[in-house]
Amino acid sequence: MELKEKLVSSFLAFEAEVDTTNDIHDIRTEAIKSFEKYGFPTKKLEAWKYTSLNSVLKNDFSLFPKKEAVIEFKDVKQYFISDLDSYKIVFIDGVYSSHLSGTTHDKIDVCLMSSALTQDRFKAVIDVYYNKIAKEDGLVSLNTAYAREGAYIYIPKNTAADKPIQIIHFATGLEQASMLQPRNLIVAEDNTEVTIIERHQNLSDKKVFTNSVTEIYTGKNAHVDYYKIQNDTDTATLIDNTFAEQHSNSLCSVHTFAFGGEITRNNLNFFQKGQGIDSILNGVTILEGKAHVDHNTLVEHQQPNCESHQDYKGIFDEKSTGVFNGKIIVDQEAQKTNAFQSNNNILLSDKATVNSKPQLEIFADDVKCSHGCTIGQLDESALFYMRSRGIAPKEAKALLMYAFANNVLETVKVPQLKTRINKIIAKKLGVNLGFDL
Amino acid sequence: MSKFTEDDLKKELETKEYEYGFYTDIESDTFPIGLSEEVVVAISKKKNEPQWMTDWRVDAFRIWSEMEEPEWANVKYSKPDFQAISYYSAPKKADPNKTLDDVDPELLATFEKLGISLDEQKKLSGVAVDVVVDSVSVATTFKKTLNEKGIIFCSISEAIQEHPELVKKYIGSIVPKTDNFYAALNSAVFTDGSFCYIPKGVKCPMELSTYFRINQGGTGQFERTLLVADKGSYVSYLEGCTAPSRDENQLHAAVVELIAMDDAEIKYSTVQNWFPGDKEGKGGVFNFVTKRGLCETNAKISWTQVETGSAVTWKYPSCILKGANSVGEFYSIAVTNNYQQADTGTKMVHLGKNSKSTIISKGISAGKSQNSYRGLVQISPRAENARNFSQCDSLLMGNECGAHTFPYIEAKNKSAIIEHEATTSKIGEDQIFYCNQRGIDTEKAIALIVNGFSKEVLNKLPMEFAVEAQKLLEISLEGSVG
Repeated sequence: MELKEKLVSSFLAFEAEVDTTNDIHDIRTEAIKSFEKYGFPTKKLEAWKYTSLNSVLKNDFSLFPKKEAVIEFKDVKQYFISDLDSYKIVFIDGVYSSHLSGTTHDKIDVCLMSSALTQDRFKAVIDVYYNKIAKEDGLVSLNTAYAREGAYIYIPKNTAADKPIQIIHFATGLEQASMLQPRNLIVAEDNTEVTIIERHQNLSDKKVFTNSVTEIYTGKNAHVDYYKIQNDTDTATLIDNTFAEQHSNSLCSVHTFAFGGEITRNNLNFFQKGQGIDSILNGVTILEGKAHVDHNTLVEHQQPNCESHQDYKGIFDEKSTGVFNGKIIVDQEAQKTNAFQSNNNILLSDKATVNSKPQLEIFADDVKCSHGCTIGQLDESALFYMRSRGIAPKEAKALLMYAFANNVLETVKVPQLKTRINKIIAKKLGVNLGFDL
Repeated sequence: MSKFTEDDLKKELETKEYEYGFYTDIESDTFPIGLSEEVVVAISKKKNEPQWMTDWRVDAFRIWSEMEEPEWANVKYSKPDFQAISYYSAPKKADPNKTLDDVDPELLATFEKLGISLDEQKKLSGVAVDVVVDSVSVATTFKKTLNEKGIIFCSISEAIQEHPELVKKYIGSIVPKTDNFYAALNSAVFTDGSFCYIPKGVKCPMELSTYFRINQGGTGQFERTLLVADKGSYVSYLEGCTAPSRDENQLHAAVVELIAMDDAEIKYSTVQNWFPGDKEGKGGVFNFVTKRGLCETNAKISWTQVETGSAVTWKYPSCILKGANSVGEFYSIAVTNNYQQADTGTKMVHLGKNSKSTIISKGISAGKSQNSYRGLVQISPRAENARNFSQCDSLLMGNECGAHTFPYIEAKNKSAIIEHEATTSKIGEDQIFYCNQRGIDTEKAIALIVNGFSKEVLNKLPMEFAVEAQKLLEISLEGSVG
């Protein structure tokens, strides 16, 4: 049976299994109808021109985990940023793991979506914010229909989260192929601040297909800093759908560090609904093997005097593929917009591919918009310069790659995270440069 | 001097009629409307074509009838009814053995109005003109001079009669019948166009020129241009287009094929000024054109276009850089005003080693128009050391228009170097103020600034065209102060 039919027909069974309120039931029912209508995206869709899910969808995914896996902290310690004092929300095969998590909170809510969707005290927030900006397409609707668990973070007015929040999803491979549909909601009210680090990790060599949806609201003067670490195994596929709605003078930044995975697709959608807003979308992609990463971004400027900055750096070796598909829309009212988009790529192998499509759609005249895209190689003369000074070729190359990605790396505001990312890169490149950038 | 206000400009723009909007009353030999296999065969018969050509057309028609009209372009329009178009319209007095004196004097007067008096051009500018009015080539000048060099420059129907071996070999080799909806339609029903063959090692001594007009109401224009530059040759080809103003939308679906063999160079310049519709967005020409060139080793193709007309433009002059060291260039200015829509750009397909391409695209949008750049740069795995540079700049005037950029960049070779940049901006008030201060009125100032903005492309046009293009830019943008 095809996956789509299987998902549609299993929906009733799923609904029977979860505790559901009427409102959420209605949202889910609408969503499964919408999924039935759109189905999985194919290469015929313009937005999916360079990424095909066919190889993933042919797996026979189990939709409901039958047993619960237990993992010990010492086995997965390496995936945490342990030296960072943080809240931790940990999921194992889509189920919340209380013994790995640490969510004791004060003033702010760091909770679970399963509680938020069912308990009355969250109803006021859920009514206003849940499933409001996630656009209707096949994958997002599928998530909405099957969403039951994920992180729910609520920062009330005039509060700053006292420490960063780590959200970690582990897949243990109990089933031959499993499908996960995490759903996160982050609401940062006016004058708030929060930092979030998200990671998906497959612990086995079984197939995992994660279709995640995150909705972020940034109120007036709110600052949300979101980091995504994507350094998964080559059997893990991740579709990350993130939607951010921003209000006046807010800052929302999403940093994506894509270092591996069978197929990784990031759909970032930013909607600016006030003035004086800044949106930052940064990414570093370093791939080898057959990994495929597709960054698909949309920033819609709806009001005047806003800014957006996109900076994506990619380094591709072996048979890896990188896609950048960025879109900036400037609405007619959005005068005095400054929107920038830059995508730089380095190809290290003849089998590697880069497809880039930076797009501008501009309907206002008093704007400054630009985009740039380059594809090239490491500078031979720079390599020679370093080699003539006794730096080995591998280290010299690594140094150049660090320098290439540095613009983005230096925007990481959490020092422990920065160190971690540098270590991941060093490990990937097989070098030990012995310094922190 | 009283201040020239925005309102004055607006008024002037509104009263500004399409300058070339007149209709010449020539008795035309027009087919009844509608399209079927019989019509295709009839066109072929009418033109006395050999059997292979008829078969080719019928084949194209069958392919076309199974195709669907593309919708991906960033333009909105009501689709033309292909059964409501007459597919053949020839001025009645056309005669294959005509000389300039035989041409209908009324038609000559039309050209006079367009400013391309044949006599004058013949004498003064040394440009050979192959004039197409409503699909049939009326007069080909300078044929003898060209003949001496072995250059063939004639209408495509003549070429089918006289040089069938060349036409048969090359037609459809660059833009196959199956390429796209409009190319298939064109292959089935094309009525005329130009054919040009430059023999080995010959540098064409003069610029070849074609002028297209759509004259008859309710007729589509489907011309086909085939240009073959043999090894080591050079040719510069000019193409200009205008159409009288009419209420209903007219369809123009042309195909241009260029073949540049080893070491050859083709320079293809277009000034397109089809009727853009009136200020309400009523009428205007649908311009759906497929243009493509093939570059063999060391060959070079350069497309230069100034697009100021048409209600809807859908056009991507492309280069297939097949040979090593081949060069493709694309220089474009697209101006849209009122309700015009343009979706234009280029494709550079790098197949050969050390192939190079340059794309400079300048889009200017005013009024309520939409202007899109859509381009593809593709580096195949074998294209070692391929190099591309693209620059797309957009200028917006007024806050009701839109400028869009859709570049596609696909690299499959590690030695490729690709750069793409795009900017969007408006004419600075300080720039206009500076000009006003020095006694240049606002409208002139805008023309000046736009000319500066477009200079990189205007510079690439041959002399005669550059002057015309500058004038066109001014006319198209009158009264669109932002």
